[in-house]
Order: sequence, then structure tokens, then C-alpha cells
Amino acid sequence: MTERTPLLELKGVSKRYGGIAALTDVDFKAYSGEIHAVLGENGAGKSTLIKIASGVTDASEGEVLVNGTPFRFRSPTDAMRAGVVCVFQELSLLPDMTVADNLSMAGTPTRGGFIDQKAQRARAVELLKRVGCEDVHPLELVKNLPLSRRQMVEIAKALAKKPKLLILDEATSALTAKDVERIYLIIRELREEGVGILYVSHRMHEIEELADVATVFRNGRKIETFKKGARSVNEIIQMMIGREVTHHYPPKPPFDDSRQPALTVSNLSWGHDLNGISFTAGKGEIVGLGGLDGQGQRELLLALFGVLKGVEGTVSVDGRSLQLSGPRSAMTAPLPLALIPEDRKVEGLMLPMSVRDNLTLASLQQLRSGLGIDTERETAAVNEMVARMQIKAPDTSAAVGTLSGGNQQKVVLAKWLMTDPGIILLNDPTRGIDVGTKQEIYRLLRNLAAEGKTIVFYSTDYAELIGCCDKVLILYGGRITRELKGEDCTEHNIVAGALNVNPVPEKAA
Amino acid sequence: MSDWRYHISHNLGTLTAVGLFAVMFTIYISNHEAGLTPAVATTAANKAVLLALVAMAQTIPVLTRGLDLSVGSVFVLANCLASAIVVGTIGQGLLGCVAVLLLGIVCGFVNGAIVVWGRLQPIITTLATGAIFYGIALWIRPTPGGDVQYDIADFVAGQLFGVVPTALVVLLLVVLLVWIPYRSSPLGRGAYAVGSNEQAAYMSGVPVEKAKIAAYTLAGFLASLGGLILTFNTYSGEASAAIGGTYTLNSIAAVVIGGTSLFGGWGSAIGSIFGAFVLRTIEDLLFVFDLPPLWQPLFQGVVLLVAISLGAIRVFRIRNRLELFT
Repeated sequence: MTERTPLLELKGVSKRYGGIAALTDVDFKAYSGEIHAVLGENGAGKSTLIKIASGVTDASEGEVLVNGTPFRFRSPTDAMRAGVVCVFQELSLLPDMTVADNLSMAGTPTRGGFIDQKAQRARAVELLKRVGCEDVHPLELVKNLPLSRRQMVEIAKALAKKPKLLILDEATSALTAKDVERIYLIIRELREEGVGILYVSHRMHEIEELADVATVFRNGRKIETFKKGARSVNEIIQMMIGREVTHHYPPKPPFDDSRQPALTVSNLSWGHDLNGISFTAGKGEIVGLGGLDGQGQRELLLALFGVLKGVEGTVSVDGRSLQLSGPRSAMTAPLPLALIPEDRKVEGLMLPMSVRDNLTLASLQQLRSGLGIDTERETAAVNEMVARMQIKAPDTSAAVGTLSGGNQQKVVLAKWLMTDPGIILLNDPTRGIDVGTKQEIYRLLRNLAAEGKTIVFYSTDYAELIGCCDKVLILYGGRITRELKGEDCTEHNIVAGALNVNPVPEKAA
Repeated sequence: MSDWRYHISHNLGTLTAVGLFAVMFTIYISNHEAGLTPAVATTAANKAVLLALVAMAQTIPVLTRGLDLSVGSVFVLANCLASAIVVGTIGQGLLGCVAVLLLGIVCGFVNGAIVVWGRLQPIITTLATGAIFYGIALWIRPTPGGDVQYDIADFVAGQLFGVVPTALVVLLLVVLLVWIPYRSSPLGRGAYAVGSNEQAAYMSGVPVEKAKIAAYTLAGFLASLGGLILTFNTYSGEASAAIGGTYTLNSIAAVVIGGTSLFGGWGSAIGSIFGAFVLRTIEDLLFVFDLPPLWQPLFQGVVLLVAISLGAIRVFRIRNRLELFT
């Protein structure tokens, strides 16, 4: 292949959020008529790359070139004008508007300054046909469509903009097999027409089937770009993991299969998100939930805590069955449950309220005296917890919002520890906090386990699962596809399980 | 045509308000001793059209997921200004009308500019600007009084061909010449898009800022038109805080009864017109049934509560309890 001008080129691009580097000195080229797969673990920098390419954020350093000329995208509209169109993972459709409105949201056909309803309708019918969604009525509201149809409409919307470079970010994650076939067909047609395609997917077989070229990212750096077939699946996985310095984890006790079960889940299902989940977690055991983002891990934790409605299957705690009717019933189970939520700012803390008020919010029942709250006991409990968790706050009356991310997370943890739970569910508790606090949290989890508490722990960081967990369950499409125990919890096994491929199973040395 | 199914379901809120009004108005008229004479209709229309215009004004910011607490003040300000400058010959009077409407546009633009460029919350911005607009109204007319061009006033407050209340025709013209063109322009669609999901709208290339500023500006225009017509009904201006407050709160009630979502992105100004009509008819019903007018707030409250309960039916379909709080 001769040296062509790339459709899109990034030169020495870096991106920092606050002090944290999301992308470091990346050179990247995408050509027309080529399907380019972008690979990497969660947090490897793929999303940042896409955001820069599609004008959602600006690069901190470096240059973006379109057809060889430097270009600065200030907004997605700028990128669209340059022919770069992205199908976002988090959908960009407007739920209260019709499919036809959505498909013409940018570049609305007008006549005399008014929206040309007829032209818009015709465009919608044509686009829906192209993506094989003839069953979707153009006047249907987007919010009434099932997720898979919505994703197809999202793709149709991107096609409406006649892209020169089309970016697909996990575009097939919610699709049925038939729709995926359709998407493959469209992508190949577009390639024939000379459109360049950036394809981000976690599904290894998709990459093998579609991509002409692939680039692997890791820790915000580009590792390698290679042609189709130049690397084996095992080599690619190795590139994605790399050799990285791991955090220090507290020592794990040897794996013990004879623990008394604390939490038994059988055949738990919820809509399409959870499909027959069964597992047990023993007393004093740390069970990790792994796999790609969005494979049902969050829903599983929410279901156990009683937040979801219409969950099928049974859950028993310490041998007695648990009613999944709401957080109250979960908190009063024989072994009380606690859920440390994912987004501490939204679901975990009342930011303007004081450290003290936040800490005791979930355990006010225990601190009651008559109609009021026993303030002396409250103060004692708060002080004890602040000391135990080493929460660094100027004062317990300071607003939680003024603390650092790590200390905020400690407050969330402490709040639930004050309820004296027997089973602790954690949803990605170390996301966005500093290394020092992370290590404190790892030690805390191990100590809690040693006290006989059961911990179920979802993390997007594979290294954390390996370092902390006695057992790791890998979820894929709402099912447990693999259960790794003790020594089998290696990065290779976790990544392979997450991608749902079957390379040679690796035993730890 | 299966299209009809969609058109009906998209306008269910408006149709419900129309139905509610039709029932209430029929009860009113059939119990009125004079029946539906042009005089009865004109009296009813003149009162209802004022609130209808202010409710239309409120609808547009609400569609963008905002709120305009200054509509009542703009309404009062326009009334005071009109009582000072819509005087003289017919020509001078008409020029004065244009000036009053321009002032409304400026007030609305100021609201929009502060919300968009100042990045302040609409509710608090318009609370503040509303107080300022009211202050200006007081400055123009410290005590009730003033005058208005009689020929224009009698024409607008009277009947067309001796039958149709002119105020209703004016309202119809506003719908045909302002609302429908706005609704079917990219700018109007932008307002719906912003209210539906601002991030997604931005990602889709919708001019978010322009859509918001236009929404508040149009609200200012409609509210000032209401104030102008008020002047034609009363032949005077009054800087009354009570009138401003009542119109602001009733406009929000009318928007809700008309099926527009306070969460933005859904609804129609036509629904709000009928929401306003419903609220006005409550008053008339109390009158024909000889009930004390003191009961009016109570009945308005009940109607409002029933209307919003209809909108809350979605709660029964929720699968994730956390969605109850969004």
C-alpha cells in the first residue's frame, strides 16, 4: 500500500483530566475504505480517543488532522462538518421525540425556513429501510422503542449525516444477532464506498471478522497497530494486559471451599439484563464480579439489595430466604446487607450535609432514643468510625462535598459499616480515587472478611479483582460464564473470560 | 391510516384538556340563564384569552426544561406601559402597541441571555428579573390609572361582525402566526430537543443556546401581548403585584393541565390554552351555581391535582425503583 493521506490523523495527542492522564502522546491514523478496530481494556484510553476524534473534548496537547490539514473541533457539530460522525455508546437520541425527528435532528430538511415534514418522513423511511428496521414507524417516539431498536435508529442517524469517517463505539452491545449481521453488511458497504470506519468493540470475534487493521491501547498509550491476522488472539490479550506494576494488596488466605454459605443466589433473572444467575458466597469470603462493563454486574448488586422490581429467582441469606422488596428488607435480613453504590455523589452521599449526618444516616434506627436521636451515642459512634477509617476531615461537621474523592468514598463505606452489615455489596468502590486510599480500602475489605463478613465486589479494574478476591465470577450478557477460584484468578483468565473467548486456559505458576 | 394513532397519542395531553374544557363549558352554558349569546361568550373570552396568552408564554421555557417566573411581571409591565403610550390617534396607538411588544421581547431576551450566558438556573433568574420588571412597572405607574386608545380597545374587546369575540380571533391568529410556525421551525424543535435531553441535543448538533434564548424571548413577547390586551379590557394600567403573581402561578397550572411536562421536551402551547380555559371556567361555574367565589382556589387545586395524577401513571410501569426518583 502506498503512502496515502490519512482521513484522520492524531499527532502526539495527550489528554489529561485534572492531573490524571487519560491519553499520552498518541499517534494514530485512520484511512478511508478501511475498517480499523480499536482495542483495549476498560480505561485504556479508547473512549478518550473517540471523544477527541468526534469533537466532544479537546486534546490537551498535539494535533488533529483531517485529510492532512490541522483541524480543531470545538463541538460535535464541527466534527460532523468535517465528516467525522460517531455512534455513541450512551445513546444520543432524544427520548420524547419521534424517530423521524431524531433522524433529521442535524441537517433538518427545510422549506422556506420551516421543517419539511414530507422530506423528513421520506428520509426516515429510507434510512430505517437501510438499517433493516422497516418495522419501526417513523412517528413512534424513541422512548417507546426497545433498546436494540434504539441502537439501530442511532446508527441510522449517523448514516443520515453521510460520514466520511464513521466511529462505532460498542455499537453492537445491545443488538440481536440478526441486527449485528445487518450492521456488518452496512459497514462493509460503507467500506466499499470509501468510508473510513473506527470500530471499538470488546468482542474479539467481531474484530476478527470485520477489521482490516487493529490498534491496541493500554493505560492511555498506543501499543501497536497491526494488520488483520498478524497477531493471534493470545498475543492481542497479552498486549492489552501488558506488564504493569500492580498495587500492593494484603495477603490472601488460601482458598477455602468449605466455607459456610452466607449468601446463596439461585436462578436470578431480571428482564434481559440478568439471565439465571446462581452462585454462593461464603462467610469471610471476598467474591469478585468481573467481566466487561455493563454485562449485568450492577443490576445483580441492585437486585440483591431489592432495588429492582420484577426479579425472578431466589436469594437466601444465612439459610433463610430474602424478600427482594426494597433496601429496608435487605438491611434487616438475618445477615444485614449493605450496598456501597457506584456513584457516590448521586446514590451514596448527601454532599451538602455534614460528615456526621452522612455517617449516621443509614443507622439512625440503632441510635434512636425515644423520638429523638441519642446524640451522645451518635458522637461516640461517629468519632470511632472516623478514627477507624482514618477519614481526613477538618471536622465532623464539615460538608462531605468538601472532602477529597478518597475520603468521600471512605465516608460511604463507613456509613454502611455503622449498620454492622453481614454482607457487603460494593459497586466499583475504587473508581476515581487515589492509590493510597485504594490500598486502605483493600486492607479494610480483607480485615472485614477476616471478621467473617461476606463481600461481593464489582470492579472494572482486573488487577484489583486478582489482588483482593478469593473467587471471581465473570459475567457476560447477564450470565455467569466463568467462575475462577483461588489460584485461577489470573489476569489472563479474567480477560479471556471477559471477552468470552477460549484461548488456552492458563494455570498460575 | 395508522399515522392517526400516533398523532392522537402525541397530542393526548392537549386532547384531554380540550375534552375537560368542553365538558365544563357545556355545563356552564347550559346553566347560564342567558345561554350562549355573543355577550356571554365575549365576557368569557376576554378573561380567558389573557391567561391563555400568559400560559402559552410559560409553555415555551417549560418545554426546554426551564421555567419563567417573570411572565406575570412582564404581563403587568406591558399593561402599565400600554396605559401610558398606546394613546392618541389610531396610528399613534398602533405604534405604541408595537413598542409594548418590543419591550416584552427585550424582557424575554434578557431572561434568556442570563440563563444561557450567565448559566444561572431559570427559576431563580426569572424570580429576580420578574421583580425588576415589576419595579419598572411601578415606576411607570405608581398609582393605577392611565388611558388607552379607545378605538383600538373597543375593537379588540368587542366582537367581530357582532358575533365572534375579537379576543378569540387574536388568540387564533397568535396560534396560526406564532405558535405553529415556531413549532415547525428548527428553532422550535430545538426547544423540544433541549428539554428532552440537553446532552443528546448538543451531541446531535442542535444549537442549544440559540434555542433557549429564543424560547425565553418568545415567552416575553407572548406575555406582553397578554398585558396589552388587558389594557384594552380595563382602559387603564395598574402595577399590581397580586395580578402578576396570580398570572404567573396560574400559567404554570394551565401548562400542567394542558399536558405539558414540567420535565421538558413534551407538550404543546395549544394544550396550555385549553388549560387556561379550564381554570377560567371553574370561576364561571362557581358563579352560575351560586357558590361563594371563595371556593375557587379549592376547586382549582382539585382540578390541578387530578390533571397531574393522570401524568403520573408511568410510575406503575417502572422496573428499577431508583427510576422513581429521576
